[in-house]
Amino acid sequence: MDNEPKPDGIVLTEAQKKRRRERSLAIAWALGILVVLFFAVTLVKGPAVLVRPM
Amino acid sequence: MSIVEQHIDLSMPRISEAGVGDYLALLKPRVMSLVVFTAAVGLFLAPGHLHPVLAITSILCIAVGGGASGALNMALEGDIDALMTRTANRPIPRGRVTPSEAMAFGLTLAFFSVMTLGILVNWIAGALLAFTIFFYVVIYTMWLKRWTAQNIVIGGAAGALPPVVAWAAATGSLSVEPLLLFLIIFFWTPPHFWALALFRNEDYTRAGVPMLPVVAGPDATRLQILLYTVVLVATAVAPWPMGYFDAVYGVTSLILGAGMLGLAINVYRYRTGSIAQRATRKLFAFSIVYLFALFAILLAEVVVKAAMAWIR
Repeated sequence: MDNEPKPDGIVLTEAQKKRRRERSLAIAWALGILVVLFFAVTLVKGPAVLVRPM
Repeated sequence: MSIVEQHIDLSMPRISEAGVGDYLALLKPRVMSLVVFTAAVGLFLAPGHLHPVLAITSILCIAVGGGASGALNMALEGDIDALMTRTANRPIPRGRVTPSEAMAFGLTLAFFSVMTLGILVNWIAGALLAFTIFFYVVIYTMWLKRWTAQNIVIGGAAGALPPVVAWAAATGSLSVEPLLLFLIIFFWTPPHFWALALFRNEDYTRAGVPMLPVVAGPDATRLQILLYTVVLVATAVAPWPMGYFDAVYGVTSLILGAGMLGLAINVYRYRTGSIAQRATRKLFAFSIVYLFALFAILLAEVVVKAAMAWIR
């Protein structure tokens, strides 16, 4: 007899889990690039990073 | 009738199976490549020195802003895309991404691209990028596209703005040169898209999009293509005698313009049969080469001049 509890709600297929992981990684990369970009520009502009021509 | 039969079962919560590739396709990578290239030319032509990190930031923001426009355009045009063979393979008609997911994706990218460009580079460039996205999505996609045959004439302004945004990013201001680049792309858009519309006439008719061949007929479109090509060639050559771009650009522009004009005359002359189809397709293909070549010459000149100055 199978004693394993059956999960409630929706169970993702392997394909759906794989795609979700890929999307999560892409978002992580995008956020990482944004952080690096802001850091790099802060180094380039120095403390006056927020001082710019209108 | 839709040419794709894709139905989403609404009785169950929808679990997305969209891959990263589907979201990249929403960005219209081929359009994005033209946006990046023309923006890069605007950036390189601009006077003064922009730090490489800021230059890369500017191009990245303009590229992402352009991609956001593409995603928002697809979110709003899923119904039309499903009816046209050219666009039926896009992620929304295929059922891989829902319009609301594409909308959320596009709005997120638009917000971050504009804010990043404004905060890190300057707010004139940020505001111009926001205006470009607004113009493409609201003025062109939501308003003009389904309403008037002048849709791509006026809407073409959105596609012509990237070099202006890039110039503003580099200088914090505007001047005549980026407006010349704007005018070249602006007058290039009608012959390019009307050539496409001529050989995709059935698609646009089925989708009910009032492109010029659908509304005014192929013959009127052929005449308009010829007239706009004359204006385009004159506009593209004009910066040379006006002293903004030099003779290398001017002569190249004349030669390429002669080619463009010759193909437009063929489109006007040959109106039926396979010879007419070939003439239209040739003009469409050459128009892409024409624009790339014009901007490539400008870019090459800047690079060569910079290299010569460095050697000295």
